[in-house]
Amino acid sequence: MPGIWILAEHKEGKFKKITFELLSLGKKLKSKSGEELCALLLGSGIENLANQLGPYGADKVYYLENEVYNSYLNESYTQGISELVKSQDPSILLAGATALGKDLFPRVATGLGTGLAMDCVSIDLDNNLLKMTRPIYAGKVLMEATIPQSKPQMATLRPNLVEILPVDSSKKAEVIKSKPNLKKEDLRTMLKEILKGESKKIDLTEAKIIVSGGRGMKDKENFRILEELADAFGEGTAVGASRAAVDSGLAPHDIQVGQTGKVVNPTLYIACGISGSIQHLAGMATSKYIVAINKDPEAPIFQKADYGIVGDLFQVVPILTQEVKKLKSEG
Amino acid sequence: MNIAVCIKQVPDTETKIVLNPDSTDIVTEGIKWVMNPYDEYAVEEALKIKEKYGGKVTILCLGPERSVEAIRTALAMGADDAILLNDPAFEGSDSYTTALVLSKALSQIEYDIILTGKQAVDLDCSQVYAGIAEFLNLPYVSIVVGLELFPDQKKALAKRETEGGEKELIEVSLPAVFACQKDLNTPRYASLPGIMKAKKKEIKKLGLAELCLNPEHVGAKGSKLKKGKYSLPPQRKAGIKIEGEIPEAAAKLVKLLREEAKII
Repeated sequence: MPGIWILAEHKEGKFKKITFELLSLGKKLKSKSGEELCALLLGSGIENLANQLGPYGADKVYYLENEVYNSYLNESYTQGISELVKSQDPSILLAGATALGKDLFPRVATGLGTGLAMDCVSIDLDNNLLKMTRPIYAGKVLMEATIPQSKPQMATLRPNLVEILPVDSSKKAEVIKSKPNLKKEDLRTMLKEILKGESKKIDLTEAKIIVSGGRGMKDKENFRILEELADAFGEGTAVGASRAAVDSGLAPHDIQVGQTGKVVNPTLYIACGISGSIQHLAGMATSKYIVAINKDPEAPIFQKADYGIVGDLFQVVPILTQEVKKLKSEG
Repeated sequence: MNIAVCIKQVPDTETKIVLNPDSTDIVTEGIKWVMNPYDEYAVEEALKIKEKYGGKVTILCLGPERSVEAIRTALAMGADDAILLNDPAFEGSDSYTTALVLSKALSQIEYDIILTGKQAVDLDCSQVYAGIAEFLNLPYVSIVVGLELFPDQKKALAKRETEGGEKELIEVSLPAVFACQKDLNTPRYASLPGIMKAKKKEIKKLGLAELCLNPEHVGAKGSKLKKGKYSLPPQRKAGIKIEGEIPEAAAKLVKLLREEAKII
Protein backbone atom coordinates (compact mmCIF):
# COMPACT_ATOMS: atom_id res chain seq x y z
CA MET A 1 0.00 0.00 0.00
CA PRO A 2 1.69 3.17 -1.21
CA GLY A 3 1.49 6.04 1.20
CA ILE A 4 1.44 9.72 1.87
CA TRP A 5 4.76 10.47 3.50
CA ILE A 6 5.86 13.52 5.38
CA LEU A 7 9.31 14.37 6.70
CA ALA A 8 9.13 14.97 10.46
CA GLU A 9 11.53 17.80 11.19
CA HIS A 10 12.88 18.21 14.69
CA LYS A 11 15.43 20.31 16.46
CA GLU A 12 16.90 20.08 19.95
CA GLY A 13 14.57 17.27 20.97
CA LYS A 14 11.37 18.92 19.79
CA PHE A 15 9.35 18.73 16.62
CA LYS A 16 9.13 21.86 14.56
CA LYS A 17 5.60 23.17 14.10
CA ILE A 18 5.79 22.41 10.37
CA THR A 19 5.81 18.67 11.22
CA PHE A 20 2.31 18.94 12.68
CA GLU A 21 1.21 21.18 9.81
CA LEU A 22 2.39 18.51 7.36
CA LEU A 23 0.56 15.78 9.28
CA SER A 24 -2.63 17.86 9.27
CA LEU A 25 -2.29 18.36 5.52
CA GLY A 26 -1.53 14.64 5.20
CA LYS A 27 -4.76 13.75 7.00
CA LYS A 28 -6.71 15.83 4.51
CA LEU A 29 -4.99 14.11 1.57
CA LYS A 30 -5.53 10.72 3.19
CA SER A 31 -9.27 11.37 3.43
CA LYS A 32 -9.28 11.66 -0.37
CA SER A 33 -7.01 8.78 -1.38
CA GLY A 34 -7.33 6.38 1.54
CA GLU A 35 -3.59 5.75 1.54
CA GLU A 36 -1.81 5.46 4.85
CA LEU A 37 -0.16 8.51 6.36
CA CYS A 38 3.46 7.94 7.30
CA ALA A 39 6.07 10.12 8.96
CA LEU A 40 9.73 9.86 8.19
CA LEU A 41 11.98 10.48 11.15
CA LEU A 42 15.78 10.56 11.12
CA GLY A 43 17.99 10.72 14.17
CA SER A 44 19.36 8.56 16.93
CA GLY A 45 18.00 7.82 20.39
CA ILE A 46 14.74 9.63 19.67
CA GLU A 47 12.16 6.86 20.16
CA ASN A 48 10.29 9.29 22.42
CA LEU A 49 9.78 11.59 19.43
CA ALA A 50 8.68 8.70 17.21
CA ASN A 51 5.92 7.92 19.69
CA GLN A 52 4.54 11.46 19.66
CA LEU A 53 3.40 11.44 16.02
CA GLY A 54 0.42 9.09 16.24
CA PRO A 55 -1.93 11.59 17.92
CA TYR A 56 -1.25 14.06 15.12
CA GLY A 57 -2.39 11.57 12.51
CA ALA A 58 0.55 9.35 11.56
CA ASP A 59 -0.38 5.71 10.92
CA LYS A 60 3.25 4.68 10.71
CA VAL A 61 6.55 6.24 11.59
CA TYR A 62 9.57 5.12 9.61
CA TYR A 63 12.39 5.83 11.99
CA LEU A 64 15.86 5.77 10.45
CA GLU A 65 18.34 5.50 13.26
CA ASN A 66 22.01 6.24 12.89
CA GLU A 67 24.40 8.41 14.86
CA VAL A 68 25.24 10.20 11.65
CA TYR A 69 21.71 11.61 11.80
CA ASN A 70 22.48 13.51 15.00
CA SER A 71 23.30 16.35 12.68
CA TYR A 72 21.68 17.17 9.38
CA LEU A 73 23.62 16.79 6.14
CA ASN A 74 21.90 16.61 2.78
CA GLU A 75 24.24 13.80 1.79
CA SER A 76 23.42 11.39 4.63
CA TYR A 77 19.73 12.27 4.69
CA THR A 78 19.42 11.72 0.94
CA GLN A 79 20.95 8.26 1.15
CA GLY A 80 18.66 7.03 3.92
CA ILE A 81 15.49 8.56 2.52
CA SER A 82 16.11 7.50 -1.09
CA GLU A 83 16.70 3.88 -0.15
CA LEU A 84 13.58 3.70 1.97
CA VAL A 85 11.45 5.43 -0.69
CA LYS A 86 12.69 3.00 -3.32
CA SER A 87 11.74 0.01 -1.18
CA GLN A 88 8.36 1.31 0.02
CA ASP A 89 7.28 3.22 -3.09
CA PRO A 90 5.07 5.96 -1.53
CA SER A 91 2.85 8.07 -3.81
CA ILE A 92 3.55 11.35 -2.12
CA LEU A 93 6.53 12.75 -0.23
CA LEU A 94 6.25 16.09 1.55
CA ALA A 95 8.54 18.26 3.66
CA GLY A 96 8.44 21.79 5.03
CA ALA A 97 9.83 24.60 2.91
CA THR A 98 12.32 25.19 5.70
CA ALA A 99 16.10 25.54 5.49
CA LEU A 100 16.34 21.76 5.84
CA GLY A 101 13.52 20.82 3.49
CA LYS A 102 14.67 23.20 0.79
CA ASP A 103 18.25 21.97 0.98
CA LEU A 104 17.38 18.28 1.05
CA PHE A 105 14.44 17.64 -1.26
CA PRO A 106 15.97 18.86 -4.55
CA ARG A 107 18.63 16.18 -4.36
CA VAL A 108 16.22 13.47 -3.24
CA ALA A 109 13.87 14.32 -6.13
CA THR A 110 16.58 14.36 -8.77
CA GLY A 111 18.00 11.06 -7.50
CA LEU A 112 14.57 9.44 -7.61
CA GLY A 113 13.95 10.87 -11.08
CA THR A 114 10.84 12.70 -9.99
CA GLY A 115 9.52 16.23 -9.78
CA LEU A 116 9.42 18.60 -6.84
CA ALA A 117 7.21 21.64 -6.32
CA MET A 118 9.08 23.97 -4.01
CA ASP A 119 7.54 26.27 -1.42
CA CYS A 120 3.87 25.47 -2.05
CA VAL A 121 1.13 27.62 -0.54
CA SER A 122 -1.56 25.08 -1.32
CA ILE A 123 -1.51 21.32 -1.87
CA ASP A 124 -4.58 19.30 -2.73
CA LEU A 125 -5.35 15.91 -4.20
CA ASP A 126 -7.54 15.22 -7.20
CA ASN A 127 -7.73 11.65 -8.50
CA ASN A 128 -4.44 10.78 -6.86
CA LEU A 129 -2.75 13.69 -8.58
CA LEU A 130 -1.33 16.38 -6.32
CA LYS A 131 -2.48 19.85 -7.31
CA MET A 132 0.06 22.29 -6.06
CA THR A 133 0.16 26.07 -6.08
CA ARG A 134 3.43 27.87 -5.63
CA PRO A 135 4.39 31.52 -5.73
CA ILE A 136 6.84 32.52 -8.45
CA TYR A 137 8.50 35.87 -9.12
CA ALA A 138 8.65 36.16 -5.32
CA GLY A 139 4.89 35.96 -5.04
CA LYS A 140 3.97 38.37 -7.84
CA VAL A 141 2.42 35.35 -9.59
CA LEU A 142 0.96 32.01 -8.47
CA MET A 143 1.70 28.93 -10.55
CA GLU A 144 -0.24 25.69 -10.50
CA ALA A 145 1.80 22.55 -10.94
CA THR A 146 1.47 18.77 -11.07
CA ILE A 147 3.83 15.80 -11.26
CA PRO A 148 1.81 13.42 -13.44
CA GLN A 149 4.44 11.01 -14.76
CA SER A 150 6.74 10.12 -11.90
CA LYS A 151 6.60 8.97 -8.29
CA PRO A 152 6.67 9.98 -5.56
CA GLN A 153 5.04 13.34 -6.17
CA MET A 154 7.17 15.65 -4.09
CA ALA A 155 6.51 19.07 -2.61
CA THR A 156 7.65 21.36 0.16
CA LEU A 157 5.00 23.28 2.09
CA ARG A 158 5.50 26.85 3.23
CA PRO A 159 5.24 27.05 7.04
CA ASN A 160 2.38 28.82 8.86
CA LEU A 161 -0.33 28.07 6.29
CA VAL A 162 -2.01 24.86 7.40
CA GLU A 163 -4.02 24.86 10.57
CA ILE A 164 -3.01 22.06 12.92
CA LEU A 165 -5.96 19.69 13.43
CA PRO A 166 -7.00 18.64 16.94
CA VAL A 167 -4.93 15.75 18.28
CA ASP A 168 -6.35 12.33 19.07
CA SER A 169 -4.33 11.25 22.08
CA SER A 170 -5.57 7.65 21.87
CA LYS A 171 -4.14 7.14 18.38
CA LYS A 172 -0.85 5.30 18.20
CA ALA A 173 1.45 5.03 15.23
CA GLU A 174 3.32 1.87 14.37
CA VAL A 175 7.02 2.68 14.64
CA ILE A 176 9.15 0.88 12.07
CA LYS A 177 12.76 1.32 12.97
CA SER A 178 15.65 0.59 10.65
CA LYS A 179 19.33 1.28 10.83
CA PRO A 180 20.82 2.47 7.55
CA ASN A 181 24.40 1.42 7.10
CA LEU A 182 26.07 4.83 6.99
CA LYS A 183 29.42 5.88 8.32
CA LYS A 184 30.70 9.37 8.95
CA GLU A 185 33.98 8.52 7.24
CA ASP A 186 32.25 7.65 3.98
CA LEU A 187 30.59 11.04 3.64
CA ARG A 188 32.09 13.82 1.54
CA THR A 189 30.56 16.52 3.72
CA MET A 190 31.01 17.12 7.43
CA LEU A 191 29.30 19.55 9.77
CA LYS A 192 32.19 21.20 11.62
CA GLU A 193 30.36 23.75 13.68
CA ILE A 194 27.05 25.51 14.21
CA LEU A 195 27.38 29.25 14.71
CA LYS A 196 24.46 30.50 16.76
CA GLY A 197 22.82 33.72 15.69
CA GLU A 198 22.80 36.86 17.80
CA SER A 199 19.05 36.79 18.08
CA LYS A 200 17.22 34.16 20.08
CA LYS A 201 14.20 34.73 17.92
CA ILE A 202 12.71 32.19 15.53
CA ASP A 203 13.18 32.35 11.80
CA LEU A 204 11.27 34.96 9.84
CA THR A 205 9.61 32.33 7.67
CA GLU A 206 8.08 30.71 10.75
CA ALA A 207 7.22 33.83 12.73
CA LYS A 208 3.61 34.70 13.56
CA ILE A 209 4.39 38.37 14.04
CA ILE A 210 7.15 40.29 12.25
CA VAL A 211 8.25 43.82 13.06
CA SER A 212 10.28 45.11 10.12
CA GLY A 213 12.41 48.20 9.65
CA GLY A 214 13.41 50.10 6.54
CA ARG A 215 15.82 52.84 5.62
CA GLY A 216 13.82 55.07 7.96
CA MET A 217 15.50 53.27 10.88
CA LYS A 218 18.56 55.45 10.19
CA ASP A 219 20.93 53.50 12.45
CA LYS A 220 21.70 49.87 13.28
CA GLU A 221 21.18 50.55 16.99
CA ASN A 222 17.66 51.76 16.37
CA PHE A 223 16.52 48.25 15.49
CA ARG A 224 16.43 47.75 19.27
CA ILE A 225 13.07 49.52 19.42
CA LEU A 226 11.70 47.01 16.91
CA GLU A 227 13.05 44.14 19.03
CA GLU A 228 11.25 45.64 22.02
CA LEU A 229 7.98 45.86 20.15
CA ALA A 230 8.39 42.28 18.93
CA ASP A 231 9.14 41.12 22.49
CA ALA A 232 6.03 42.87 23.77
CA PHE A 233 3.90 40.61 21.56
CA GLY A 234 5.48 37.54 23.17
CA GLU A 235 6.44 34.22 21.57
CA GLY A 236 6.72 33.52 17.85
CA THR A 237 7.91 36.95 16.83
CA ALA A 238 10.85 38.08 14.72
CA VAL A 239 12.44 41.27 13.45
CA GLY A 240 12.87 41.84 9.72
CA ALA A 241 14.33 44.49 7.45
CA SER A 242 13.85 45.88 3.97
CA ARG A 243 16.49 45.56 1.29
CA ALA A 244 17.17 49.30 1.56
CA ALA A 245 17.98 48.84 5.26
CA VAL A 246 20.20 45.82 4.58
CA ASP A 247 22.03 47.48 1.70
CA SER A 248 22.69 50.55 3.86
CA GLY A 249 24.28 48.27 6.46
CA LEU A 250 21.55 48.79 9.05
CA ALA A 251 20.63 45.10 9.31
CA PRO A 252 22.08 41.70 8.36
CA HIS A 253 20.95 40.08 5.14
CA ASP A 254 19.51 37.02 6.84
CA ILE A 255 16.60 39.13 8.10
CA GLN A 256 15.88 40.77 4.73
CA VAL A 257 12.28 40.45 3.58
CA GLY A 258 11.50 40.63 -0.13
CA GLN A 259 12.41 39.29 -3.53
CA THR A 260 16.13 38.90 -2.83
CA GLY A 261 15.52 38.06 0.81
CA LYS A 262 12.92 35.98 2.58
CA VAL A 263 9.33 35.58 1.55
CA VAL A 264 7.31 35.66 4.75
CA ASN A 265 3.80 34.82 5.74
CA PRO A 266 3.03 35.99 9.27
CA THR A 267 -0.33 36.77 10.83
CA LEU A 268 0.84 40.31 11.47
CA TYR A 269 3.50 42.30 9.64
CA ILE A 270 4.41 45.71 11.02
CA ALA A 271 6.39 47.79 8.51
CA CYS A 272 8.27 50.65 10.15
CA GLY A 273 9.90 53.26 7.96
CA ILE A 274 9.49 51.04 4.90
CA SER A 275 8.26 52.77 1.76
CA GLY A 276 7.09 49.54 0.11
CA SER A 277 9.04 48.82 -3.08
CA ILE A 278 7.62 46.23 -5.47
CA GLN A 279 10.34 43.78 -4.35
CA HIS A 280 9.51 44.26 -0.69
CA LEU A 281 5.76 43.95 -1.22
CA ALA A 282 6.34 40.71 -3.13
CA GLY A 283 7.96 39.23 -0.03
CA MET A 284 5.26 40.07 2.52
CA ALA A 285 1.98 40.67 0.72
CA THR A 286 0.49 37.36 1.89
CA SER A 287 0.70 38.45 5.53
CA LYS A 288 -2.74 38.25 7.09
CA TYR A 289 -2.60 41.76 8.54
CA ILE A 290 -0.22 44.53 7.56
CA VAL A 291 0.44 47.62 9.65
CA ALA A 292 2.41 50.50 8.15
CA ILE A 293 4.11 53.23 10.12
CA ASN A 294 5.69 55.89 7.94
CA LYS A 295 6.25 59.64 7.95
CA ASP A 296 5.39 59.90 4.26
CA PRO A 297 1.61 59.70 3.73
CA GLU A 298 2.25 58.91 0.05
CA ALA A 299 4.43 55.83 0.75
CA PRO A 300 3.19 52.90 -1.40
CA ILE A 301 3.14 50.63 1.67
CA PHE A 302 -0.09 52.36 2.78
CA GLN A 303 -1.80 50.97 -0.33
CA LYS A 304 -1.25 47.45 1.01
CA ALA A 305 -1.67 48.05 4.71
CA ASP A 306 -4.79 47.17 6.69
CA TYR A 307 -3.89 49.78 9.27
CA GLY A 308 -1.63 52.75 8.78
CA ILE A 309 -0.24 55.43 11.02
CA VAL A 310 1.31 58.47 9.38
CA GLY A 311 4.01 59.58 11.78
CA ASP A 312 7.58 59.36 12.93
CA LEU A 313 8.34 55.74 13.74
CA PHE A 314 10.66 56.80 16.56
CA GLN A 315 7.65 58.33 18.29
CA VAL A 316 5.08 55.74 17.28
CA VAL A 317 6.93 52.47 17.93
CA PRO A 318 7.81 53.00 21.63
CA ILE A 319 4.26 54.13 22.41
CA LEU A 320 2.92 51.13 20.52
CA THR A 321 5.19 48.86 22.59
CA GLN A 322 3.77 50.37 25.80
CA GLU A 323 0.20 49.95 24.56
CA VAL A 324 0.77 46.30 23.62
CA LYS A 325 2.34 45.60 27.01
CA LYS A 326 -0.55 47.34 28.75
CA LEU A 327 -3.15 45.33 26.91
CA LYS A 328 -1.23 42.08 27.44
CA SER A 329 -1.00 42.69 31.18
CA GLU A 330 -4.72 43.31 31.33
CA GLY A 331 -5.13 39.78 29.89
CA MET B 1 41.39 25.99 -9.78
CA ASN B 2 39.00 25.85 -12.68
CA ILE B 3 35.64 27.25 -11.80
CA ALA B 4 32.37 26.71 -13.65
CA VAL B 5 29.54 29.15 -12.95
CA CYS B 6 25.97 28.38 -14.02
CA ILE B 7 23.91 31.49 -14.53
CA LYS B 8 20.40 32.38 -15.70
CA GLN B 9 18.89 35.45 -17.27
CA VAL B 10 15.76 36.65 -15.46
CA PRO B 11 13.44 39.69 -15.48
CA ASP B 12 14.77 42.58 -13.42
CA THR B 13 13.26 42.48 -9.92
CA GLU B 14 11.62 45.88 -10.58
CA THR B 15 9.47 44.29 -13.29
CA LYS B 16 5.74 44.55 -12.98
CA ILE B 17 4.55 41.13 -14.11
CA VAL B 18 1.65 40.84 -16.58
CA LEU B 19 0.11 37.50 -17.59
CA ASN B 20 -0.52 36.44 -21.17
CA PRO B 21 -4.17 36.09 -22.33
CA ASP B 22 -4.39 32.34 -21.66
CA SER B 23 -2.57 32.64 -18.30
CA THR B 24 0.12 30.12 -19.19
CA ASP B 25 3.07 32.46 -18.90
CA ILE B 26 4.06 36.05 -18.33
CA VAL B 27 4.19 38.69 -21.05
CA THR B 28 7.87 39.02 -21.90
CA GLU B 29 7.70 42.03 -24.23
CA GLY B 30 9.20 45.15 -22.74
CA ILE B 31 10.89 43.30 -19.89
CA LYS B 32 14.36 44.35 -18.85
CA TRP B 33 16.43 41.17 -18.59
CA VAL B 34 19.32 40.89 -16.18
CA MET B 35 21.63 38.25 -14.79
CA ASN B 36 19.89 36.54 -11.87
CA PRO B 37 20.99 38.62 -8.84
CA TYR B 38 22.21 35.57 -6.87
CA ASP B 39 24.32 34.47 -9.84
CA GLU B 40 26.28 37.71 -9.58
CA TYR B 41 27.60 36.49 -6.22
CA ALA B 42 28.60 33.21 -7.87
CA VAL B 43 30.47 35.03 -10.66
CA GLU B 44 32.19 37.33 -8.17
CA GLU B 45 33.26 34.40 -5.98
CA ALA B 46 34.63 32.57 -9.03
CA LEU B 47 36.69 35.62 -9.99
CA LYS B 48 38.03 35.94 -6.45
CA ILE B 49 39.05 32.28 -6.43
CA LYS B 50 40.74 32.68 -9.81
CA GLU B 51 42.62 35.76 -8.60
CA LYS B 52 43.88 33.85 -5.59
CA TYR B 53 44.67 30.45 -7.06
CA GLY B 54 44.78 30.95 -10.83
CA GLY B 55 42.72 28.89 -13.26
CA LYS B 56 39.85 29.64 -15.54
CA VAL B 57 36.27 30.81 -15.03
CA THR B 58 33.73 29.32 -17.44
CA ILE B 59 30.17 30.61 -17.60
CA LEU B 60 27.36 28.23 -18.56
CA CYS B 61 23.88 29.45 -19.27
CA LEU B 62 20.80 27.58 -20.41
CA GLY B 63 18.32 29.84 -22.11
CA PRO B 64 17.11 31.55 -25.25
CA GLU B 65 19.36 33.59 -27.55
CA ARG B 66 18.81 36.77 -25.52
CA SER B 67 20.66 35.14 -22.60
CA VAL B 68 23.96 36.10 -24.27
CA GLU B 69 23.46 39.53 -22.66
CA ALA B 70 23.70 37.99 -19.19
CA ILE B 71 26.69 35.96 -20.35
CA ARG B 72 28.39 39.13 -21.66
CA THR B 73 27.85 40.76 -18.26
CA ALA B 74 29.69 37.86 -16.62
CA LEU B 75 32.46 38.04 -19.23
CA ALA B 76 32.75 41.79 -18.69
CA MET B 77 33.18 41.17 -14.95
CA GLY B 78 36.17 39.01 -15.86
CA ALA B 79 35.08 35.45 -16.75
CA ASP B 80 37.24 33.70 -19.36
CA ASP B 81 34.97 31.43 -21.37
CA ALA B 82 31.26 31.06 -21.93
CA ILE B 83 28.86 28.45 -23.19
CA LEU B 84 25.25 29.10 -24.15
CA LEU B 85 23.09 25.98 -23.97
CA ASN B 86 20.45 26.67 -26.50
CA ASP B 87 18.17 24.43 -28.51
CA PRO B 88 14.47 24.60 -29.34
CA ALA B 89 14.16 21.26 -27.53
CA PHE B 90 15.30 22.87 -24.26
CA GLU B 91 12.31 25.21 -24.08
CA GLY B 92 10.01 24.81 -21.10
CA SER B 93 12.65 23.11 -18.94
CA ASP B 94 11.92 22.53 -15.26
CA SER B 95 14.67 22.28 -12.64
CA TYR B 96 15.20 18.61 -13.40
CA THR B 97 15.83 19.00 -17.12
CA THR B 98 17.79 22.24 -16.61
CA ALA B 99 20.13 20.40 -14.24
CA LEU B 100 20.38 17.52 -16.67
CA VAL B 101 21.44 19.73 -19.60
CA LEU B 102 23.85 21.76 -17.45
CA SER B 103 25.43 18.60 -16.03
CA LYS B 104 25.97 17.21 -19.55
CA ALA B 105 27.71 20.41 -20.57
CA LEU B 106 29.74 20.46 -17.34
CA SER B 107 30.98 16.95 -17.99
CA GLN B 108 32.57 18.27 -21.21
CA ILE B 109 34.72 20.84 -19.40
CA GLU B 110 37.25 20.78 -16.59
CA TYR B 111 36.25 22.09 -13.19
CA ASP B 112 37.28 21.89 -9.56
CA ILE B 113 34.34 23.90 -8.32
CA ILE B 114 30.85 24.62 -9.62
CA LEU B 115 29.10 27.78 -8.44
CA THR B 116 25.48 28.84 -8.92
CA GLY B 117 23.10 31.32 -7.36
CA LYS B 118 20.96 29.88 -4.54
CA GLN B 119 17.85 30.34 -6.67
CA ALA B 120 16.70 32.14 -9.80
CA VAL B 121 14.34 34.96 -8.90
CA ASP B 122 11.91 34.13 -11.70
CA LEU B 123 10.55 30.65 -10.96
CA ASP B 124 12.12 30.53 -7.47
CA CYS B 125 12.64 26.77 -7.63
CA SER B 126 16.02 26.67 -5.88
CA GLN B 127 16.74 23.15 -7.13
CA VAL B 128 19.14 23.28 -10.06
CA TYR B 129 22.35 23.29 -7.99
CA ALA B 130 21.29 20.11 -6.19
CA GLY B 131 20.21 18.50 -9.46
CA ILE B 132 23.60 19.24 -11.03
CA ALA B 133 25.34 17.76 -7.99
CA GLU B 134 23.18 14.65 -8.15
CA PHE B 135 23.71 14.10 -11.91
CA LEU B 136 27.48 14.58 -11.53
CA ASN B 137 27.59 12.65 -8.23
CA LEU B 138 29.13 15.57 -6.34
CA PRO B 139 28.50 16.95 -2.87
CA TYR B 140 26.88 20.37 -2.55
CA VAL B 141 26.37 23.12 -0.03
CA SER B 142 23.47 25.56 -0.42
CA ILE B 143 22.84 29.12 0.81
CA VAL B 144 26.58 29.73 1.02
CA VAL B 145 27.63 33.00 2.71
CA GLY B 146 31.32 32.17 3.16
CA LEU B 147 33.76 30.00 1.24
CA GLU B 148 37.34 29.11 2.04
CA LEU B 149 39.36 26.76 -0.14
CA PHE B 150 42.17 24.37 0.67
CA PRO B 151 43.29 23.32 -2.83
CA ASP B 152 46.17 21.14 -1.58
CA GLN B 153 43.79 19.01 0.44
CA LYS B 154 41.09 19.19 -2.23
CA LYS B 155 38.73 20.55 0.40
CA ALA B 156 36.59 23.59 1.08
CA LEU B 157 35.02 25.06 4.17
CA ALA B 158 31.65 26.60 3.42
CA LYS B 159 29.54 28.71 5.73
CA ARG B 160 25.85 28.27 5.06
CA GLU B 161 22.89 30.20 6.33
CA THR B 162 20.18 28.13 7.97
CA GLU B 163 17.47 29.66 10.14
CA GLY B 164 17.02 32.32 12.76
CA GLY B 165 20.45 33.81 12.12
CA GLU B 166 22.17 30.47 12.60
CA LYS B 167 25.04 29.40 10.31
CA GLU B 168 26.68 26.04 9.70
CA LEU B 169 30.32 25.44 8.85
CA ILE B 170 30.55 22.54 6.46
CA GLU B 171 33.71 20.88 5.27
CA VAL B 172 33.37 19.37 1.84
CA SER B 173 35.66 17.51 -0.53
CA LEU B 174 36.24 18.98 -3.98
CA PRO B 175 34.96 19.03 -6.63
CA ALA B 176 31.70 20.27 -5.21
CA VAL B 177 28.75 22.51 -6.03
CA PHE B 178 28.07 25.68 -4.04
CA ALA B 179 24.84 27.69 -4.25
CA CYS B 180 25.63 31.29 -3.41
CA GLN B 181 23.68 33.65 -1.17
CA LYS B 182 23.76 37.43 -0.97
CA ASP B 183 26.18 37.90 1.96
CA LEU B 184 29.00 35.97 0.25
CA ASN B 185 30.70 38.98 -1.36
CA THR B 186 30.08 42.28 -3.14
CA PRO B 187 29.89 41.72 -6.89
CA ARG B 188 32.18 44.02 -8.88
CA TYR B 189 30.99 46.29 -11.64
CA ALA B 190 32.28 45.51 -15.09
CA SER B 191 35.08 47.86 -16.15
CA LEU B 192 34.90 49.65 -19.50
CA PRO B 193 37.85 47.66 -20.94
CA GLY B 194 36.14 44.55 -19.56
CA ILE B 195 32.94 45.41 -21.41
CA MET B 196 34.85 46.05 -24.63
CA LYS B 197 36.74 42.78 -24.29
CA ALA B 198 33.55 40.85 -23.50
CA LYS B 199 31.93 42.08 -26.70
CA LYS B 200 34.60 40.37 -28.77
CA LYS B 201 34.69 37.08 -26.88
CA GLU B 202 33.34 34.04 -28.59
CA ILE B 203 30.39 32.39 -26.86
CA LYS B 204 30.30 28.71 -27.59
CA LYS B 205 26.85 27.34 -28.33
CA LEU B 206 25.86 23.79 -27.52
CA GLY B 207 22.58 22.12 -28.39
CA LEU B 208 20.95 18.73 -28.19
CA ALA B 209 23.31 17.04 -30.64
CA GLU B 210 26.54 18.33 -29.11
CA LEU B 211 25.39 17.22 -25.66
CA CYS B 212 24.23 13.79 -26.93
CA LEU B 213 20.80 14.25 -25.36
CA ASN B 214 17.50 12.64 -26.30
CA PRO B 215 14.83 15.26 -27.14
CA GLU B 216 12.32 13.27 -25.09
CA HIS B 217 14.44 13.78 -21.97
CA VAL B 218 14.81 17.55 -22.07
CA GLY B 219 12.71 20.72 -22.16
CA ALA B 220 9.01 20.61 -21.46
CA LYS B 221 8.79 16.97 -22.59
CA GLY B 222 11.35 15.69 -20.14
CA SER B 223 10.21 17.91 -17.29
CA LYS B 224 8.97 16.15 -14.19
CA LEU B 225 7.10 19.17 -12.84
CA LYS B 226 4.34 20.20 -15.23
CA LYS B 227 3.33 23.83 -15.21
CA GLY B 228 -0.36 24.62 -14.98
CA LYS B 229 -2.15 27.94 -15.02
CA TYR B 230 -0.67 31.17 -13.79
CA SER B 231 -2.72 33.61 -11.75
CA LEU B 232 -2.14 36.88 -9.99
CA PRO B 233 -2.55 36.76 -6.23
CA PRO B 234 -5.51 38.67 -4.82
CA GLN B 235 -4.58 42.32 -4.58
CA ARG B 236 -4.63 43.84 -1.14
CA LYS B 237 -6.76 46.87 -0.66
CA ALA B 238 -5.61 49.85 1.31
CA GLY B 239 -7.18 49.72 4.74
CA ILE B 240 -7.62 52.56 7.13
CA LYS B 241 -5.24 55.31 8.10
CA ILE B 242 -5.58 55.88 11.80
CA GLU B 243 -5.84 59.60 12.42
CA GLY B 244 -5.15 61.65 15.49
CA GLU B 245 -2.23 62.40 17.76
CA ILE B 246 0.33 59.63 17.99
CA PRO B 247 -0.56 58.32 21.48
CA GLU B 248 -4.24 58.08 20.56
CA ALA B 249 -3.47 56.55 17.17
CA ALA B 250 -1.22 53.93 18.77
CA ALA B 251 -3.88 53.04 21.33
CA LYS B 252 -6.48 52.80 18.58
CA LEU B 253 -4.24 50.53 16.52
CA VAL B 254 -3.65 48.16 19.43
CA LYS B 255 -7.40 48.07 20.03
CA LEU B 256 -8.02 47.17 16.37
CA LEU B 257 -5.34 44.48 16.51
CA ARG B 258 -7.14 42.94 19.43
CA GLU B 259 -10.76 43.36 18.41
CA GLU B 260 -10.68 43.10 14.62
CA ALA B 261 -7.55 41.13 13.85
CA LYS B 262 -7.67 39.20 17.15
CA ILE B 263 -3.89 39.09 17.33
CA ILE B 264 -3.14 40.36 20.83
